[in-house]
Amino acid sequence: MIREKKAKPYLNPYLAGVGLGIVLLLAFVIMGRGLGASGGFTSVLTTGVDAIASEHASENDVYSSYLGDRERSPLTDWLVIELFGVIVGGFLSGLISGRIKRTVEKGPGISSGRRLLFAFLGGTLMGFAAKLARGCTSGQALTGGALLSPGSWIFMISIFIGAYAFAYFMRRQWI
Amino acid sequence: MNAPFYKLGYFGFDFSLVIAFVIGVGFGFFLEQGGLGSSRKLAAQFYFRDMTVFKVMFTAIITAMIGLFWLSWIGFVDMSLVYVNPTYILPQLVGGLLFGAGFVIGGLCPGTCLVSSATGRIDGLFTLFGIFFGIFLFAEGYTYLSGFLYSTSLGQLTIPQLINLPHGLILFLVVLLAIAGFVGAEKIEKKFQKSNEGSQQ
Repeated sequence: MIREKKAKPYLNPYLAGVGLGIVLLLAFVIMGRGLGASGGFTSVLTTGVDAIASEHASENDVYSSYLGDRERSPLTDWLVIELFGVIVGGFLSGLISGRIKRTVEKGPGISSGRRLLFAFLGGTLMGFAAKLARGCTSGQALTGGALLSPGSWIFMISIFIGAYAFAYFMRRQWI
Repeated sequence: MNAPFYKLGYFGFDFSLVIAFVIGVGFGFFLEQGGLGSSRKLAAQFYFRDMTVFKVMFTAIITAMIGLFWLSWIGFVDMSLVYVNPTYILPQLVGGLLFGAGFVIGGLCPGTCLVSSATGRIDGLFTLFGIFFGIFLFAEGYTYLSGFLYSTSLGQLTIPQLINLPHGLILFLVVLLAIAGFVGAEKIEKKFQKSNEGSQQ
């Protein structure tokens, strides 16, 4: 789509952080809630499961809590729409900075196929873990972190411990 | 008190979805601008090569934290109407450790994998598929997990309330900690840059 356009360097991380912080602050002030991601994914998954096996979805505690009273689709949800915005915002930012590129990001010591397998496995682990912790890096670490929720700080510190502890085994994928 | 607007009934559910979209665009935009849509850049954090994740995340946290504290102090925001994530110690500890391992295996988290996918990265898309599968596994195994999920509950509270210290003091300590972290992060990056240059020449 966009070829041979030179990618601009990333924004200074502290400036990007302030921008992100202001977006989060606006969510607190306007909505009385923070940002999120994994909750919205659960709504999307619930819609899929409900379409394929409606009875099963109604009987399952997780799906049924997202289906609610079935007055409206689980997709008519604040987090689902917010995530749609994340996709649009990410794309626009990539577009104006010339960073849209069809590629597989990986270190030199791994094939694309294996990298995609690890991406899927890592995603699986994170999806499961985010449900266990009631949120992910957006809803817990960022939002709960700014609100000084003890559980969010436990989660955030545990993420760094888990990642640094496991990094050695993944080094060939990245460096 | 003038805020939070939605909780005070200034607008209804339908308009809240418009806000959701606008907030989401801002969220995705700054994630991408900061480089958080790149799995290699994110993973480099865990090898001390690039501390961007730490810098962006903690700058965002202290910006929102100080802003909210100040807006509540001048009486603009009613803090009791802002939803605080409830604490369940063990689920969040175990969830964090597993999430961290998944993060370094996959290279992206749920929010950033969307940005990565939106900018054409196939690994972002596969992380996204994985996350759906992980949530599916959790939902299907929920009967066996619900006991643990509701264990060690402290309810909805904040660190200042938990240890009974003034909110401002904790805030000040977090900011100090973050600044110390930023100084450390800059030093680590310089050190690695030097050793990288040394090995290449």
